[in-house]
Order: sequence, then structure tokens, then C-alpha cells
Amino acid sequence: MLMRRLVPHPLLSLTLTLVWLGLVNKFTLGNLILGAGFGLVIPMLTAPYWPDRPRIGRPLKIAEYGLIVLWDIVVANVQVAMIILFKRERAIRSHWIPVPIELNSAEAITVLAGTITMTPGTVSATLAADGRSILVHCLHADDPDAVRDEIKQRYETRLKEIFS
Amino acid sequence: MSLTAEILISLALVMSGIFGFVGSYGLVKLKDTLQRLHAPTKATTLGVGGVLIASMIYFYTEKGHLSIHELLITLFLFLTAPITANFIAKAYMARNLRREDLPPSGGEYGWSIYDDPPQGKDLAPQPETPETPKAP
Repeated sequence: MLMRRLVPHPLLSLTLTLVWLGLVNKFTLGNLILGAGFGLVIPMLTAPYWPDRPRIGRPLKIAEYGLIVLWDIVVANVQVAMIILFKRERAIRSHWIPVPIELNSAEAITVLAGTITMTPGTVSATLAADGRSILVHCLHADDPDAVRDEIKQRYETRLKEIFS
Repeated sequence: MSLTAEILISLALVMSGIFGFVGSYGLVKLKDTLQRLHAPTKATTLGVGGVLIASMIYFYTEKGHLSIHELLITLFLFLTAPITANFIAKAYMARNLRREDLPPSGGEYGWSIYDDPPQGKDLAPQPETPETPKAP
């Protein structure tokens, strides 16, 4: 119990320590201790904002998800650049697409919303009041249903496996 | 610095210049605020990314050590860009759109800009026993 109060979020502590070491860009014992200090104090101070501990399993899946998203970001950049450069302004058909989501934890929904914003031609605009669906704005799509299905099966199913 | 490194660095810089320009051009060309939002959130990611890749190659070949600052900039960019875009979209929706302009959410509750969350429950209720998806 004491351990849980001292280190409410072990993963967050680890991340903060690593980010600190990256920021100073030099590995010394002093920097490690200072970074570990930050990693302990910041999660304790911000614990009220993180009531639940997200259950995260399958590190390999996380790596796979990261690589897929990185690749999609590169593709998204090219696609959006093509639309901006070569499509007549009148030919651009933007859509609002409601996407029903089955994810439960707030962290998983946040990751999904961020992914949607960073990837092909879509920006996540808002959530339904009960968190059961997400409103996506699509820059240009000939078939809005296909965009919704792709978000669901490409990202949501993977996130469901990670945050399970 | 070897010739290959120089060519790689120049390629990354030229690519980032092109994408940065296209992102800014999108701001001018697109007419709707929400359409404009797409240009800086995406086309610029590769613009910044190209500069960062060039910087990493430069420091690796010139100074002989791997610099981690560029990776951290990428991390912070990925954390902040979606949140900024989301805030802009929400502010735009609250000021300029009415409930009728948006498609229905398909669930019991409407979009959170116009509707209050369900009373007495959290945003996304965590089930006591985790519903592990039975993956086939």
C-alpha cells in the first residue's frame, strides 16, 4: 500500500526519468538521481488527475502500433499535401463522421483521438457526452463509411488489445 | 563529413522545406476553418520531422554522438499537436455550429459540446471485471 502511494504510476515515473535524461542529453549519476527525483515527485503531485492506473499489456503490440502510426503519418502528409496542391477547392468534399467506439479507459480514448488527428485527412473534433462515440472531421473522402471502418479496424482493435 | 551524409542531410532539409511550404499554402488556399486545421496538423509534421532527421544525421556524422533532443521534440510534437487541433475544433464548434449542423452521435447522449455527461457516472465506466476481448 505504501509503495502504491509513493509510486502511483510506475510507468509515468520511468518515462519522466528517461525524458529528463534525454533533455540533459548526457548520462551521469547526478542526472539520473535528479531525473528519478522528478519521476517520483511529479506523479505524486499530479496523482489526483490520474485516478486509474491504465492496464497496459503486450509491449510488442505497443511497438507495432507505434510503427503503424508513424508510417501512416508519413502517408498522411503526402496525401494531404496532394489534396492541398492539386485538388480544386470546389472538389474537396469534407465530411463529419461519427465513429462509435468500444474502448473503456480514458487513456485509450485519448490515444485513439490523437492518432486520428495525426493520420490521413482526419481530425478528431469532440466526444459524445457518454464517451461512446467520437466525432471526426474528414478533409476529403469519397466514401465516409470506409474512413470510419478503417479507423475502427486499423486503430481501435489494436488499442483494445493493448489496453485490455 | 562524407558526401553521402551531406546528400542525405540536404534531401531531408529540402523535403522538410517543401512540406512546410505546402502546409502554410494550405492555410491560404482552404476556405473553411476546419479544413484549414488539416493543413498545419499534418503536412507540417513531416516538415518538422525532416529538419530533425537532418539534425540527427549531422550530429552523428560531425560530432560522433547520437543526439536525443530530436526524438524528444518529436515526442512533444506528437503530444501537443492533436490537443491543439482538438481545442481549435471545439472552440470553432461552440461558436459557429449548432446541434443540427452535426450528424447524430448514434448513442443515447449527444456530443459533449451540447450535452451534459451522464449523471453519477464517470465518462467511461471501468467495469469491475475487465472485459477482455476474446480474440479469435
